[in-house]
Amino acid sequence: MMQLAVRAEPLLDVDNLVVEYGLGNKTVHAVSGVSLQVARGETLGLVGESGCGKSTLGRAVLQLRRAKSGRVLFDGEDLTAMEGEALRKMRRRVQLIFQDPIASLNPRRRIGDIVAEPLIIAGVKDAAERKRRVHEVLSAVGLDPDLVSGRLPHEFSGGQCQRICIARSLVLNPEFIVCDEPVSALDVSIRAQILNLLEEMKARFGLTLLFIAHDLAVVKAVSDRVAVMYLGRLCEVGPSEELFARPAHPYTALLLQAIPVPDPDVRPAESVAGGEPPSPIAPPSGCRFRTRCPRADQRCSAEIPELREVAPGQFAACHHPLA
Amino acid sequence: MSTLLTIADVAVELPTPRGNLRAVDHVDLSLEAGRTLGIVGESGCGKTMLSRAVLQLLPKKAKLTGRVMFDGQDLARLAPESLRRLRGRDLAVVFQDPMTSLNPVLTIGTQLMETIQEHLELDAPAAKARSIELLAAVGIPAPEQRLAQYPHQCSGGMRQRIAIAIALSCEPKLLIADEPTTALDVTIQAQILDLLAREQRRRHMAMIIITHDLGVVAGRADEVAVMYAGRVVERAPTPALFKRMHMPYTEALLAAIPKLDAAPHTPLPAISGRPPDPTRPLRGCSFAPRCRYAAGRCHEAKPALTSAETPGHLYACFHPIQMAAGVDA
Repeated sequence: MMQLAVRAEPLLDVDNLVVEYGLGNKTVHAVSGVSLQVARGETLGLVGESGCGKSTLGRAVLQLRRAKSGRVLFDGEDLTAMEGEALRKMRRRVQLIFQDPIASLNPRRRIGDIVAEPLIIAGVKDAAERKRRVHEVLSAVGLDPDLVSGRLPHEFSGGQCQRICIARSLVLNPEFIVCDEPVSALDVSIRAQILNLLEEMKARFGLTLLFIAHDLAVVKAVSDRVAVMYLGRLCEVGPSEELFARPAHPYTALLLQAIPVPDPDVRPAESVAGGEPPSPIAPPSGCRFRTRCPRADQRCSAEIPELREVAPGQFAACHHPLA
Repeated sequence: MSTLLTIADVAVELPTPRGNLRAVDHVDLSLEAGRTLGIVGESGCGKTMLSRAVLQLLPKKAKLTGRVMFDGQDLARLAPESLRRLRGRDLAVVFQDPMTSLNPVLTIGTQLMETIQEHLELDAPAAKARSIELLAAVGIPAPEQRLAQYPHQCSGGMRQRIAIAIALSCEPKLLIADEPTTALDVTIQAQILDLLAREQRRRHMAMIIITHDLGVVAGRADEVAVMYAGRVVERAPTPALFKRMHMPYTEALLAAIPKLDAAPHTPLPAISGRPPDPTRPLRGCSFAPRCRYAAGRCHEAKPALTSAETPGHLYACFHPIQMAAGVDA
């Protein structure tokens, strides 16, 4: 089994995780043997296009979707083997922020109650203590607790709703947060505010983040390391700076090439590799990217490429990595 | 070059329970045949309402003032029948969500041929042949088989290609693409933008690309108009807009985009606050409450669009940036 270099004991250790969905009599191979580690205090960015399995992976880490096989070790304990009360206890340490901040807030409940709910579920009986915690996290995300606590979600914009969601995820003092496309639904000017806020909260509360997004520039802005996913498998993992400067996997290179750059001097790359991702119901044999890859040959269809170290800390799953 | 589209003093008001909402606030724009105009702005800035005003597809209760001259005709005065003949033939549109713009219960062939036969005098076999040709032109493999399929049998990227094929079917003079790639993945987005650019060159068609992403227009539009709170606040030939913008909002919007070449954990220069409530228009510049250059006058009066040194470059600001001869492209 390959070992991805992580300096200290990882807080999260995902080992050969497989998640599948049934679809009629077919099987969707959403996550097919993914291994990754996140060190304490680190932000790991997870990028990929729709349907690549990145959200499923995030959910499987939290046990919101149970894996078919593989293990998820959090602080040394196997979450996949946990059930009931033990799992609920563990979930206080692990939180989730979703893409659509408006849809993830109950429209009929007041902001103060929404943010306090995790405390109630966790059994914090003291109302004054709950109020103190809610005040603390609402202030931390830049909202005035006295002004917002009594109001309903529809009175807030998307950016403010995302602040409320972040406050709710912080209220139990978690160690680890899975952020699933937290800024995709937001406008450019608001997106920057929320990204800055996540960075601030991470430093202030000593968080470790798994940051899932489809936008490479957004991921790079917040991540120490980045993992690129395609059709249920990891293509490449490495330190952000190196991975963006010298992508080793052709898919990473394609993604980078496809991003529209806000500079008229940068001519858009004509005819970036054609085609579309194949269906995860019947993924290609061997390397799953081979059907769109300009470097693919016989070996790519016969043999699944394993993640191999191509540079210090940078791993690519490719038979013909870019130099 | 001749002017194909002139938007003159167009305003759109929508009645809401909270009062009148001014979605578009006296906009002037023009577009020459074969050219590309990018309209950039955040949600609620009025970019989509402006395009609906051009298409005369505004909500029933909306009040439109001003003139929309397209190919010598004032669209606002055109009889519904003439308008219907114009839309789909000379004036085509591609929407953001290809799933909702295609009819889910009709085959792709029916939808393509319907448009072709409605506007061009072609019999069924000729319309079918043209449909196949169009699907092939927009990069759909096995176009003949596709004709018998339904939209749900195609991926998002394929559906957008089909929507583009329908839009191109009658050789329009102007194509309005409203966030055509926002619902698509980045690699598919690049393919669709390439396709639009290629077909535009081939057909000498004018195009308006409406987007929230400055990156999408940077390499593809001849001219860019930046909208904020219903107004065009800056308009310029693309290189001038990116290299010598005068409007602080344009600068702030560009700065707030995470850059691929920036080091990780670089704090982003975010724009504080959020756009004003469109039902409560401000007396002064709409961007003033969020602007770091704003001073007394900005809160009192609306700056008019003013010409800059580059021909065709206009900005609406009392304290324009980069005015010194200095910054060179």
